[in-house]
Amino acid sequence: MQLSPLIISLQVACVATFITFFCGIAAARLVLKIKKGQNLLDVLFTLPLVLPPTVMGFFLLLVFGTNNPLGQLLATFGIKVVFSLGGAIIAAATVSFPLMYRTARGAFEQIDINTIYAARTLGASEQWIFWKLIVPLSGPGIIAGTILAFTRALGEFGATIMLAGNIPGKTQTMSVAIYTAVQAGNRQLAYQWVAIICTISLITILLMNYWSNYQKRRQQREVKL
Amino acid sequence: MSLQVEISKKLGNFTLDVAFSATDEILAILGASGCGKSMTLKCIAGIEKPDKGRIVLNDRVLYDSAAHINLTPQQRQAGYLFQNYALFPNLTVDANIGVGVKAPAAAKRQIINEKIKEFYLEGQENKFPHQLSGGQQQRVALARMLAQQPQLIMLDEPFAALDNHLQWQTEQQIRRIFDSFSGTVLFVSHNRDEVYRLCDRAAVLDHGHIDFISDKHSFFDSPRTAASAQLTGCQNISSATKIDAHTVIANDWQLSLTTKAIVPDDIAYVGYRSHYLYPATSIGGNVYPLKIKRIIEDSFSMIILMVNPDNSSDNAPTIRWKVDKNIWQDNYHEQQIVNIGFNPEKIMLLNK
Repeated sequence: MQLSPLIISLQVACVATFITFFCGIAAARLVLKIKKGQNLLDVLFTLPLVLPPTVMGFFLLLVFGTNNPLGQLLATFGIKVVFSLGGAIIAAATVSFPLMYRTARGAFEQIDINTIYAARTLGASEQWIFWKLIVPLSGPGIIAGTILAFTRALGEFGATIMLAGNIPGKTQTMSVAIYTAVQAGNRQLAYQWVAIICTISLITILLMNYWSNYQKRRQQREVKL
Repeated sequence: MSLQVEISKKLGNFTLDVAFSATDEILAILGASGCGKSMTLKCIAGIEKPDKGRIVLNDRVLYDSAAHINLTPQQRQAGYLFQNYALFPNLTVDANIGVGVKAPAAAKRQIINEKIKEFYLEGQENKFPHQLSGGQQQRVALARMLAQQPQLIMLDEPFAALDNHLQWQTEQQIRRIFDSFSGTVLFVSHNRDEVYRLCDRAAVLDHGHIDFISDKHSFFDSPRTAASAQLTGCQNISSATKIDAHTVIANDWQLSLTTKAIVPDDIAYVGYRSHYLYPATSIGGNVYPLKIKRIIEDSFSMIILMVNPDNSSDNAPTIRWKVDKNIWQDNYHEQQIVNIGFNPEKIMLLNK
């Protein structure tokens, strides 16, 4: 059994989650900050969640294909997105982005607006308010969003196969490997990958629950003090 | 050192339109909930933007719609104590107090330590807000506000979230702050007693407009509008019609009252404080027979609800009479007719 799909999947999921983490938070901040066009932007940011992944993959193919300005521009720098690891990362990041954006936004909206007002009257800069107040106070929400985005990126199939293809050892992730194995009638291999994906997902959820229970216990302990 | 405010702001059906100025004094803004008290403070702090107007603090223009000046809250140096204190839950007491201090590390440390001592927070420095009691939380909020050395202090219902016994302690704390602060203090409240004890002047805000501003003694002795009379705790208010220079008809109670003061032409209401009513032996002058509808026992007084016996309707407007329990003798009962007098000097003549 080749281990390359596992390594590629983890690479893709980690890098995509890293990108989504910052983009999702920045997008949530932007939407809450602007006064006009909030709804339109929200629709745009949420679209990858509701559109079929193949359609997202098709759009990405249009944008990054070498027939298009952006694809051509990237090609002149020697960057090829289509049928490359980079493509797989972009596909996973796009599809997992709305999960991060939505949970981060929800967490930001939960914060008592008066604490932000108070920080302003005290002369704290907007940068300080965001990084030292809003982000820490939305900690649990942001972590939940990150985990959701990671699991979504890890299991990405539709957009990935559209943009990055199915090149063993190069762009073949675990999800794609399962599909290929089933297509080829290799049940044995498919079972192995399914078992690995189930194990990783299970561990992730267990860690998440353990962590949230730990937080609850810690809070209860602090209240007793 | 002074504050001038002249702003207007439209919020749906509600229009805030306030103008006042204050020197180095403690000015109370008194009003029922929803009258625009907090919105006024927020506009001065820069949290909300008025539609138009001008705000000047100590010769510094904070906001001027005509000149397109609108300083950020950060630039305004206005201390604001929020009703729920708005402490930063993720920061320790120490760090909370330090947020507003703009000074090099050593000087900052010293300022924080001073405030911790001043507000009896020693030993709490490393605790988080949710580990503190309500009173401690408020002391942290006060310390945090004063550590930034504000040019103006605004307190939004500072006692609203505290238990009775804590309110008194906190009030003493706030009194000391007022004594040592040289600048304007705006004190928003709906509690007349707090205002009377703590402030120099009071402004009444009613439906987004300032009814009037006056020093607290004349404010309590002779309020000019029905809204202010109500806020000062006057419980007997009736619509009124002028008869002659010293006589009015209280329409709700169907009584004709002689007043010491000259009745103004624009009189709309009369007010009479419930503890100034007195029992009399004979009818005549301002003494009328009234029927006791109900007797309610309060903590330290008896409240007697009375109606004009000529008005037989079930929801006849009542007149409240408050008798201290110390002098209460159990010789009244419901449905009894008693002779009650109105002191001509104590009748408040109100417009609007």
